[in-house]
Amino acid sequence: MRELVQDKLVLIIEAGRTERHYWLDIWRYRELFYFLAWRDILVRYKQTVIGILWAVIRPLLAIVVFTVIFGKLANLPSGDIPYPILVCAAMLPWQFFASAFAEAGNSLIGNSNLISKVYFPRLIIPASAIVVTFVDFLISALILVGLMLWYGFLPDWRLLALPLFIVVAIGAALGIGLWLAALNVKYRDFRFVIPFIAQFGLYVSPVGFSSSVVPEQWRLLYSINPLVGVIDGFRWALLRGQESIYWPGLILSTALVVLLLISGIVFFRRAERSFADFI
Amino acid sequence: MTTAIKIEDLGKSYVIRHEQAQSYVALRDVLTDGTKRLANRLFNPLERNRPQFNKEEFWAVRDINLEIPEGERVGIIGRNGAGKSTLLKILSRITAPTKGRITIHGRVASLLEVGTGFHPELTGRENIFLNGAILGMPRATIRRKFNDIVEFAEIEKFLDTPVKRYSSGMYLRLAFSVAAHLEPDILVVDEVLAVGDAQFQKQCLGKMEEIGSTGRTVLFVSHNMAAVERICTSAVLLDSGTIQARSENVPAVIREYMSFGGTRHGALEWLNTNGAYKSRQFTPMRFYIGAADGTVVMGAQRNDTDLYVFVEGLIDELDPSLQIGYAVYCESGELLYWSFHTDAKESEWAPSHLGRCVFQSRLPRRLLNEGHYRIDLGVALFCRQWLCEPGIRCPYVYLEISGGLSDSPYWSQRRPGLLSPVLPWHSSVSADERSPDSNSKS
Repeated sequence: MRELVQDKLVLIIEAGRTERHYWLDIWRYRELFYFLAWRDILVRYKQTVIGILWAVIRPLLAIVVFTVIFGKLANLPSGDIPYPILVCAAMLPWQFFASAFAEAGNSLIGNSNLISKVYFPRLIIPASAIVVTFVDFLISALILVGLMLWYGFLPDWRLLALPLFIVVAIGAALGIGLWLAALNVKYRDFRFVIPFIAQFGLYVSPVGFSSSVVPEQWRLLYSINPLVGVIDGFRWALLRGQESIYWPGLILSTALVVLLLISGIVFFRRAERSFADFI
Repeated sequence: MTTAIKIEDLGKSYVIRHEQAQSYVALRDVLTDGTKRLANRLFNPLERNRPQFNKEEFWAVRDINLEIPEGERVGIIGRNGAGKSTLLKILSRITAPTKGRITIHGRVASLLEVGTGFHPELTGRENIFLNGAILGMPRATIRRKFNDIVEFAEIEKFLDTPVKRYSSGMYLRLAFSVAAHLEPDILVVDEVLAVGDAQFQKQCLGKMEEIGSTGRTVLFVSHNMAAVERICTSAVLLDSGTIQARSENVPAVIREYMSFGGTRHGALEWLNTNGAYKSRQFTPMRFYIGAADGTVVMGAQRNDTDLYVFVEGLIDELDPSLQIGYAVYCESGELLYWSFHTDAKESEWAPSHLGRCVFQSRLPRRLLNEGHYRIDLGVALFCRQWLCEPGIRCPYVYLEISGGLSDSPYWSQRRPGLLSPVLPWHSSVSADERSPDSNSKS
């Protein structure tokens, strides 16, 4: 049966034409996607002493620092919500986003030997890089669980909406990651842009504070940062709706994420054909 | 017979920029170049049609038309830079062609490098699965062939050891073993035999023959002419990106490859005209075969004349580990021998000095048979780096030997065998004859 199918397989390579079966090819190479993610997960904490604990320690320390600076020293308001939980609910999606787009952005360069020697839809590489950071994200979510148990602050039915915001976060990371990955192949400058965005983004996103502190007339403008929608959504879903959702902002953020993702895929696919020539 | 691969009018061009020091483009350069160009336009509007910079279009392959029937095993040969690897990369969809069209019937697996995607931290077992997936093998197939792969690679004991602890031989065997168990309709292989020891190469060749005998289409690039002759049913000769010869008579194509360098390029002398192989330790400037007085020899040479290999180069920095040498390849592409100026006792080495330095070495008389030879320059920093690597990337010249094989009336023509040395013979009275003699003395 399999042989019959293969007999019919005709591949046409033509100048200036994009791959006709691209999405089918991605489906065919789904095992490679799985294996690349598996490889990176296996290798990520090899030869480290505390191993997987790194996934917890980094966000945990960031949360401690933010709680002390913003909560205690700057005395930013957090309403009825314990400040650490307010920070944690934002720090987790932010750290996921930051490491996901950075890993995706550098993933092509890191796998240059594969790109110059084997064919497969290149989209698999940044996508699998995001899977790896997603695993880190799930592990670090234990911090939030711990904090919630400690403060006796448990989420309600709104938690069901959380996966939706996770999807938006993944979309944002993949969208930016694809742009950066494709640009990085040709212009290595973007290697330096990536940590810059990660560092800068932390302060322009509502991680250490609630976005309700932003004056009303600026909030829509503020939502141009796609992470504003994601973080507000996370807080709304996790904190029993005590952080109300600013709908125009959320819609704008989400629309921008969709735009980023689609343009990222289009740009990536256009650049993909010449990756092997530049890398 | 059905066609497996049909290539029509295929071409691939690269835009190369001269004086380019970096291997990648930096945005900074694009921006500064763009600004310069803009400024130029503003200030010199009349010069608009001037060609920009030193950009040059370079066709790695062009006008390739080729039809490969199913089950044919095609050897693709040609000098370095002839476009062999580019052709394979286009066929394996790694890079896109600039023009033309290829139609492929069947599943292609390409092996452009042994061990692509191996991760040093992962164990042998894990790497088998990873590498299999990279080469496009479904997991079920890998599982089914797992034992065969391990057995072929002979690494049973080290399956759960990270491959970074493997010896290079084990690593190669494992990598090749995974690839050898692919079952594609069309197999594309690039120069995998260049690595590894004789035993490994023999194993690879055997496996490739086995794959070929099952009726699969094979495209095989190699500099090892003996391997091409053994495996392939037809051969394609590429030169400067175009097809020079294509025939089912593999030895004929190989002969053409080995000889056209000598006749067409007349290359008994290599001159460094474009600043290639630049390094502080030794930049080769001139490499040629000459007579004792240093003049370049022309045409076919007798086997009994004194011929010298001359290597002239620029030394900016004295490096004690510098090794100058050459390698001789025969017509079938087989390496006959290497020679380096550091082969003798250290006190007898020819000293190198700063500036322009000429090394010379006499080719052994009456060693080479009649025929065509390629002589590759080898320059290395001992155990550190090849500056010119024979057979891989180096200047080379051709030499034709004809006549002068021996002074014997019984031997005047080319002999069988790669070499035709005239060796001394002695005779003495045998011990049995001598024994009564010695008895009588005592």
